Amino acid sequence: MIALLRSLGRRAIGFFERLGRANLFLIQVLAGLPSLIPRMGLVVQQVYSVGVLSFLIVAVAGLFVGMVLGLQGYNTLIDFGAEESLGVMVALSLVRELGPVVTALLFAGRAGSALTAEIGLMKATEQLSGMEMMAVDPIKRVIAPRFLAGFIAMPLLAAIFSAIGIFGGYFVGVALLGVDDGAFWSQIQSRVDFNEDIVNGVIKSVVFGFVAVWIALYEGYDAVPTSEGVSRATTRTVVNTSLAVLALDFVLTALMFD
Amino acid sequence: MWNNKTVEITVGVFVAVGLAAFFVLAMQVSNLSAFANEDGYLLEARFDNIGGLKTRAAVTMAGVKVGRVDSIGFDNETYEAVVQLKINHQYNTLPKDTSASIYTSGLLGEQYLSLEPGGDMEYMLENDRFKITQSAMVLEELIGQFLFNKAAEGEDK
Repeated sequence: MIALLRSLGRRAIGFFERLGRANLFLIQVLAGLPSLIPRMGLVVQQVYSVGVLSFLIVAVAGLFVGMVLGLQGYNTLIDFGAEESLGVMVALSLVRELGPVVTALLFAGRAGSALTAEIGLMKATEQLSGMEMMAVDPIKRVIAPRFLAGFIAMPLLAAIFSAIGIFGGYFVGVALLGVDDGAFWSQIQSRVDFNEDIVNGVIKSVVFGFVAVWIALYEGYDAVPTSEGVSRATTRTVVNTSLAVLALDFVLTALMFD
Repeated sequence: MWNNKTVEITVGVFVAVGLAAFFVLAMQVSNLSAFANEDGYLLEARFDNIGGLKTRAAVTMAGVKVGRVDSIGFDNETYEAVVQLKINHQYNTLPKDTSASIYTSGLLGEQYLSLEPGGDMEYMLENDRFKITQSAMVLEELIGQFLFNKAAEGEDK
């Protein structure tokens, strides 16, 4: 009984300890961002590995999610004779919810896990402490460029996801199922508001990008420097990012669309 | 590993594609483009009841969209709803005695404003007011009226 309590307490203390370290880490990273200005080349390199390499999976997923939305929406809306609203349904679901959320989940799986593994391995092979020995701050040299890159790439990926998804819905709805072309676009344009829907979707993707790279980098930086520790950290990145994104999505939706 | 130049070019293409996607969302998908070319003159219509009419609802004439509802206000003295309509400049030949009515598109659709041209030789100018207006049909009132008439019929017999 006492042992149970003790292990519970240890877990709780461990949780708060990690939470505190994660926030201190974030402050250090943010403080390291200005030092990137003369070294934008590092950021470009990371935008490549975080953003460009995630492009294909995000684009293909966007296309198929849009096509599925088109198909399912059509089957439901046809019962009410409202299949002209298919475009609105597809566009609003993508821009408001699925674009930012699914992109963030894919981003965590594709880019976040890679970041964690990379940094964790750097730590395990003592490259990070090697840098410190040479008076190079690993946070400024290694972590900050990756952080900024993820922050830049995520909103762009989410916008690509939504745009491709809408064309996927268009393809299924208009080209395959015969919804009227003009009604599809005009209904979208009259119902989707720029400030209300699109800007809020972008805000969501920015927040998710921030959280996703933060968790990925922290887990890597904080990993136990063994092969097992790195593999655990990678798993934790994907799980924690997904949970954080889904929970934050609820909070943001409640704040934005009341 | 690719050389530095290729990486930079791919990143450039990626950022450009991302911004293009955002641009598509802004222009093609949202109402931003519809806002931009919305230019016209204002007219005022007063109603006893506007039902569910909203700002930015369509103003149509013979079924063709000629403008939008610009703002909806309330007159404290006459207790009427004051609706400002923005009519596109190309439709500047509305007769003075044009009437405005609030209709519903479909059975459960959105409400819109329909204009019926009159026979006056003079045209409406900026900030003119519609003389004849017809309020929105409120379903509950209609049902109430119907039931009331039925009850009255019953008494006659």
